[in-house]
Amino acid sequence: MSSNAITIPGIRVEGKPWLETLHEWVTTVDHKRLGILYVIYGLGFLVVGGVEALIIRIQLMHSHNDFVSPQTFNRMFTMHGTTMIFFMVMPVLFGFANYLVPLMIGARDMAFPRLNAFSFWLSAFGGLLLYFSFLGGSGLYGAGSAPDVGWWAYAPLGARAFSPGHSTDYWTLSLLVSGFGSIGTAINIIATVLCMRCRGMKLGRMPLLVWLYLVMGAMVLIAITPLSAAQVMLLIDRYLGGHFFDTQAGGSAVLWMHFFWIFGHPEVYILVMPAFAFLSEIIPVFSRKPIFGYPVMVAASVAIGFVSLSVWAHHMFTVGMNSYANSFFAITTMAVGIPTGIKIFNWIGTMWGGRIQFKVPMLFCIGFLFQFLIAGLTGIIQACVPVDWQLSLSYFVVAHFHYVIVGGILFATFGAFYYWYPKVTGRMLSERLGKWHFWLFLIGFHLTFDVMHIPGLLGMPRRIYTYEPGRGWDTLNLIISIGAFIQAVAILVFVWNLVISYFKGAEAGNDPWDAWTLEWSTSSPPPAYNFATVPTVASRRPLWDLKHPEDPDSQYE
Amino acid sequence: MHSVRNTIVRTASLSGAFLFCCMTTAAAADPASTGTNIFDPQSTPARSILHLSTFVLTVTGIIFAVVFTLLVYSISKFRARSADANSEPAQVYGSTQIELAWTIIPVLIVVVLFLATARVLHAIQDAPMPTSAVEVTVIGHQFWWEYRYPRLGVVTANELHIPVSDPAHPTPTSLQLLSADTDHSFWIPELAGKTDLVPNHPNQMWMDPQRTGTFLGQCAQYCGTQHAKMLLRVSVDSPEDFAAWVREQQRPAVADERVAIGKRVFETTACINCHTINGTVANGRFGPDLTHLMSRSTIAAGAAPNTPENLRLWIQDPEAIKRGSLMPAMQLSKSDLDALTDYLETLR
Repeated sequence: MSSNAITIPGIRVEGKPWLETLHEWVTTVDHKRLGILYVIYGLGFLVVGGVEALIIRIQLMHSHNDFVSPQTFNRMFTMHGTTMIFFMVMPVLFGFANYLVPLMIGARDMAFPRLNAFSFWLSAFGGLLLYFSFLGGSGLYGAGSAPDVGWWAYAPLGARAFSPGHSTDYWTLSLLVSGFGSIGTAINIIATVLCMRCRGMKLGRMPLLVWLYLVMGAMVLIAITPLSAAQVMLLIDRYLGGHFFDTQAGGSAVLWMHFFWIFGHPEVYILVMPAFAFLSEIIPVFSRKPIFGYPVMVAASVAIGFVSLSVWAHHMFTVGMNSYANSFFAITTMAVGIPTGIKIFNWIGTMWGGRIQFKVPMLFCIGFLFQFLIAGLTGIIQACVPVDWQLSLSYFVVAHFHYVIVGGILFATFGAFYYWYPKVTGRMLSERLGKWHFWLFLIGFHLTFDVMHIPGLLGMPRRIYTYEPGRGWDTLNLIISIGAFIQAVAILVFVWNLVISYFKGAEAGNDPWDAWTLEWSTSSPPPAYNFATVPTVASRRPLWDLKHPEDPDSQYE
Repeated sequence: MHSVRNTIVRTASLSGAFLFCCMTTAAAADPASTGTNIFDPQSTPARSILHLSTFVLTVTGIIFAVVFTLLVYSISKFRARSADANSEPAQVYGSTQIELAWTIIPVLIVVVLFLATARVLHAIQDAPMPTSAVEVTVIGHQFWWEYRYPRLGVVTANELHIPVSDPAHPTPTSLQLLSADTDHSFWIPELAGKTDLVPNHPNQMWMDPQRTGTFLGQCAQYCGTQHAKMLLRVSVDSPEDFAAWVREQQRPAVADERVAIGKRVFETTACINCHTINGTVANGRFGPDLTHLMSRSTIAAGAAPNTPENLRLWIQDPEAIKRGSLMPAMQLSKSDLDALTDYLETLR
């Protein structure tokens, strides 16, 4: 626990035996090490989920393709969705929270370090459980079979009549277990933010990243709970003769949809809050200006948190709710666009009049702004219920939410990698490789997901393992698949950059970006105790005050 | 720095322009080439949806253009120049007036969009059905469609026949949507938006096609292994053709002495557990009604054309046509298979 150096498992550092290093990492309760574990774990699943996406895209390259069987294809899209949401994006974002929140509020660790470790290992075993289904899905006597119910597992597909064997059980258990991990981490983030701030760090002086993670934590608590409840009910149905969702015995398929989406929609905002958080830290630093409209940004984040809890049934406009319910969820969905729009305007306001440096973290953030704008607008289009009757369940929706998750959240997360990697490892990521990564990924992304809107407009439903020729979908799908491979190459460049820069990157120093928040005041990587003396702050930008004693922020706040 | 900035601007404008080109190209695409294009509506619900879509696309398009311009302007105008490398720009913390402006304007836009949405929503979802409406019960099965016309006494599968609706004397079709197993979704993009078929949760939708012809679609809600080959064909007939089709469908199955052996094979194998042929002992409801099998142009929910060879293959090895279909391979001897196929060929 004592060393300043950050090590990764299995690699010999400072002559320590590898077993001891490994033991240190497995038993660690240090928020920074747990943060790194979360991120590495999530990156592993990024590669796995990416391979699944490539299999899907090879199969859909042309009509009546025979690359994989329908059963395999259905497993691939189920595993791709479940993996990317629960075992890629969530862990990576929790990892950043773990690493950054204590550093940014001047704390020495999270509020509950052991709960922190426990939560991580729960999430980790959740992912392993899901993938164990490939071996044990049909019981130990049969061949493996991953779940093939889709990542929503709409009832009654998850019932025993339609999902024999154990593949759906692995899916259920993995979400249950990792869900408990998420709840633990959420409690930890909330407690840390509320109780562990250093002297002078009033709520109104917290970096926006911390605010956004606070909102995220609250939303995780509210949203994961119904998901876990639904998983328990499904297990009761499957093993104890319950009939919650067993439509053959009078259960309700619609009830499952409500349970799933009252988790599922807030989940989108749970994932996008950290992306907003990264932008709110990176854009000011590379524009050389403070964030524009800090109180409004905080208010907008909290407003998004609240409103997003009342939009879930916009995923259900086609399931036959009455026109009043449909109208209610239409207006709440449109309303959540208002605070989101305000955020985009404030980021533009931050850049306005600044001196923008186009370093790789900023490039990714600018990519986010353009793409999230489009993603938001296609979201508004689908909030218009009758339009959604056409677009829902089609490739238009698939394009829309990949625009949010890849074009938005993943771009922001890549920006965060380039921005904080020097803090975590003490070395800079290569700018040259970073630009290759950015441009390749940008081209691949647009090739895939811009084009993907069109087959939806031309009537192509999602989750089909093959399609009929002569509907005008062939060429479009080929282009989409080519884009997917370009993105895969970009990801390889990124991973290579992470590895090679760890050994050969330029020394970062404490504050390579000339930034303003507390994490840059300590060494890179920070010592186990973070700060030799716990800092005291007088404004939202403590390091600005330090660097500009003649014109400190504290005068204006 | 300069070149990076330029490339960003250029790529961003290109990608934005590209998306909108895509949307307009899709709008202009030749309807005959797809038959599933939401920009080529042939029925009132689909048409009002297109009108609403055009309005919403215009509003969001304008928002896009404004914000896009602001973004491009700010990243190109406010880039760092080498001259001011060592100084910081003016530190601006915010502006209440500007915040109010970009809060109130979006609120107004949302109000307008919501009112437009609510109007179309109500007009489609709560439309009263005239007594002249044709009623059809659609039952989704893994992985095919059952259609029952309760007032006409007709039962058929996979290929829906409905009459064209003359705006002067509307004869819309009202669909009651049920499911026998998992969720499905009924989607004919050129006739109406989709509505799900949910077990224990009956739904309604309607369409009033104003042109005769065949309209395509397919199941839109993932329903299991063969979700992809649960295809939809809707034949919109002239009133005369529709009446003739109904008369044909109301007749019992053709009984032809020349195929009596095939009929016996059918009646003495497991076929009758799942299929119905009126006028025989077969009254199963798990699979499609075969009374007028030959009046349909496809088999296996559109997976293959209805030819004697395909029919024969389908009976012997359904996996060859539709992997994961619930039709079992019948394992008949060659002579039985020939006789059975000959029999089915007579069911006009």
